[in-house]
Amino acid sequence: MYTPHTASEVEAMLKAIGIEKLEDLFQEIPEKFRFPKLNLPPKSTEMETLDYLQEIASANATTQEMVSFLGAGAYDHYIPAVVDMILRRGEFYTAYTPYQPEISQGTLQAIFEYQSLICELTGMDVANASHYDGATACAEAVILAYHNFRGKRKKVILSQSVNPQYRQVIHTYMQGMDDLKILDEPTTNDLLELPSDLLEHLDTDTALVLVQYPDFFGRIFDLKSLIETAHGLGTLVAIAINPTALGILTPPGELGADIVVGEGQPLGLPLSYGGPYLGIFATKNELVRKIAGRLVGETLDVNGQLAYVLTLTAREQHIRREKATSNICSNQGLMALASTVYLSALGKNGLREVSNLCYQKAHYAAEQLDKLDGFEVLWKDTPFFHEFILQCPKPVSMINSHLEEHAILGGFDLSKEYPELKNCMLIAVTEKISKDDIDYLCEILQEVENE
Amino acid sequence: MSEPTIFDLSSEGRIGVRFPKSDVSEYPLPEAFLRQSLPLPELSEIDVVRHFTRLSQKNYAIDLGFYPLGSCTMKYNPKINETVARLPGFAFTHPAQSILTVQGNLYLMYTLQEWLKEISGFAAVTLEPAAGAQGELVGALIIKAYHKDRSDLKRKKILIPDSAHGTNPATSAMVGFEVVPLPSDQRGNVDLAVLKTLCNNELAGLMLTNPNTLGLFDQNVLEVINLVHEAGGLVYGDGANLNALLGITRPGDLGFDIMHFNLHKTFSTPHGGGGPGSGPVAVTQRLIDYLPDPIVGIIEEGDEENPPLFGFITPAKSIGRIKSFQGHFGVLIRAFTYIYMHGAEGLRDIAEKAVLNANYLLSKLKDKYTLAYDRQCMHEFVLEGVWKDLPDIHALDIAKRLMDYGYHPPTNYFPLIVHEALMIEPTETESIQELDGFAEAMLKIAEEARTNPELLHDAPHNTPVRRCDELKAARDLVLCCSPFKDNE
Repeated sequence: MYTPHTASEVEAMLKAIGIEKLEDLFQEIPEKFRFPKLNLPPKSTEMETLDYLQEIASANATTQEMVSFLGAGAYDHYIPAVVDMILRRGEFYTAYTPYQPEISQGTLQAIFEYQSLICELTGMDVANASHYDGATACAEAVILAYHNFRGKRKKVILSQSVNPQYRQVIHTYMQGMDDLKILDEPTTNDLLELPSDLLEHLDTDTALVLVQYPDFFGRIFDLKSLIETAHGLGTLVAIAINPTALGILTPPGELGADIVVGEGQPLGLPLSYGGPYLGIFATKNELVRKIAGRLVGETLDVNGQLAYVLTLTAREQHIRREKATSNICSNQGLMALASTVYLSALGKNGLREVSNLCYQKAHYAAEQLDKLDGFEVLWKDTPFFHEFILQCPKPVSMINSHLEEHAILGGFDLSKEYPELKNCMLIAVTEKISKDDIDYLCEILQEVENE
Repeated sequence: MSEPTIFDLSSEGRIGVRFPKSDVSEYPLPEAFLRQSLPLPELSEIDVVRHFTRLSQKNYAIDLGFYPLGSCTMKYNPKINETVARLPGFAFTHPAQSILTVQGNLYLMYTLQEWLKEISGFAAVTLEPAAGAQGELVGALIIKAYHKDRSDLKRKKILIPDSAHGTNPATSAMVGFEVVPLPSDQRGNVDLAVLKTLCNNELAGLMLTNPNTLGLFDQNVLEVINLVHEAGGLVYGDGANLNALLGITRPGDLGFDIMHFNLHKTFSTPHGGGGPGSGPVAVTQRLIDYLPDPIVGIIEEGDEENPPLFGFITPAKSIGRIKSFQGHFGVLIRAFTYIYMHGAEGLRDIAEKAVLNANYLLSKLKDKYTLAYDRQCMHEFVLEGVWKDLPDIHALDIAKRLMDYGYHPPTNYFPLIVHEALMIEPTETESIQELDGFAEAMLKIAEEARTNPELLHDAPHNTPVRRCDELKAARDLVLCCSPFKDNE
């Protein structure tokens, strides 16, 4: 298909090797298992393939055809055309990891700029070249904290209002650390705990406390006393952020966070059914040598010219093998580039505008939905960003089926992850949602109630 | 010439992208939580486009030329894959949509699982892992869970050949296994005599890359697997080099218990300058219940009129969730497209031409360079980048000099068991003319090493930057720019 060999070229090559036929290249494969017959569809041309893929894609309903109020970790933001135009440059997307700096300055400088933008956005000192996604970035934060205390602190506290998938991934990753206790259960009777509810569980055996800001339910809390108390006990604080919210909110670095993690998807990445996304990871200077994953640093070449290289590689698996800080061997290079272009194109004013639009429209939506008979917005007096909990009169799955018939993708069904939040959906509102969309949602929801 | 950073290019008040004005009444912002400044650059669209276009021109890439980077399978990335991954029907689907609204996505994922099973000879596949290294983590966790489930708690040791990728030992350590290095014999196979001494009731498993990183198919693979199985261990296959085996043999048939795929190598999804990858994991029947959560399955059989209903299934003894949502879907679409276009015949053609190209290139180079293991190779081979009578020339010099000839260097200094290794993987998508050109450059360099060694020591000469001071980078750490430093 993409092999350029002509029959006569193959002949010439076999002759040069000194064998007669292609099969002779595979004499070392056990004969019994050689050349299996694979039951796959027959080969296909590009034209036929495109038809087939279009047919498959058309079996989906999309956020383009429907009005979407889904969030819960992935958000439907507008992506300026310039982002994909840059991503489609073969010089970027068909390059490998920049291990050869002389011919990889494009990728290296772009990552250096990505690291710089993440530092500015989060208020942290250093950012790495990215992890797989927000969830695995959280797991890497726990690993970092565990090793920071050389395994002597044996407890990690996870707030219940951290994205449930992030917490699940942490549990999976930590199965190898038998002596680590992960406190991941409600600390109060009220599931929607406050940061202050975590205080009493902090002690000198706690390596890390992980909170989300804004939290999984969109709420914004003052984290200062939690951070002060944790630091008083020598505990590290990791904050999972939504980068869009940091267009207006105080950066976690200013609050005193030791580690900032987050899902970078809102920064110019398509929803693409969940991936590939971007794991943001940033720390204070003191932790730089304990960060997993790639880091790009500035240096000079032999002519004294400014250049960028991968640095502190002695932490990584290809050098340290079983003593490495992590097994990670890639970063989300292209996704990091997308977010770098996105942040450059939007700039200071654009990100603020997006952040503010999300905030304003979400608040209009909350106000309108709260007025509907049978519906109630929970925690409405607590500041929130662009997501909030809507309590419904019927199970969310039932309501969402009805909404789908009216070309609306309703909010995330919270009862799946939080059984206590029966009939509750998490509504997300981005700049792509108009007032009319919100009024339409209200209209259809009221129908459901009246049915 | 240096390209300024986006912060250097910033001009206060400049706007790149505008958004519609708010169409709702104004709600007060939460004063107590607002940031004082947002120190991001301010650029117009043309600034952004020119900056990143100029940066792109400082990169080498497959689209520019031959990329014989051993163990990385830098094959051509078909353009149709980029088009289909961006079809709105895929790109605009939210990962938390109800399954009824994403039957297209789930059909694609289910079918890809089925195809990967067929290609590899395993009983089940998860598409969840984000990269090969994460696939390894899944595999190691499955090995751990399997022994634990059988209350076989003594099994803490993982055997890893000395030719293995660094991710193998790093992953095993993450999971709490003790890593036991396994030496290679003189032919580059696993040393059977040593293996026998290590097969006991403390053995959790073996991680084997086959063909290995020397580009050699282990001649005793069946016996190796059998020894580990008899001792009660599991055999993990690192699928990094699967490109050489497509339609040639199936690791599941050979007796492997678990294997990860690197979709970004074998199935041509682009490397993206370091990622995203995708590392699906396949297992045999007895390990299906341990797969990570979730996998895609048929939850309601179809009939003559209705297609089956696809949905998510949580395996009974799952090791748990390993990332958000359900895998690198955008990468899965590309791999699906690639397999669909090739069919069984095309896949076998890939492996045949990959191995043909490697052996052809080997035949052209082996007179002037020392071959680490003098055998027919699979998809790649390893040379020693050094000559006994030229102690001042190193593999690094050869690698850097290749850049002057317009080529990306081979992987160097890996595998660790070869002195001054140069690991060359041409892949199947290169023509004989391209291979001849590269061989000519390599032979010219071998000559220059004798006649004009300074050319090698000072190389590269014509690249955007020349050899970089990596020690300085690590000593005087500068990991981000101080934006707007002139303004302060």
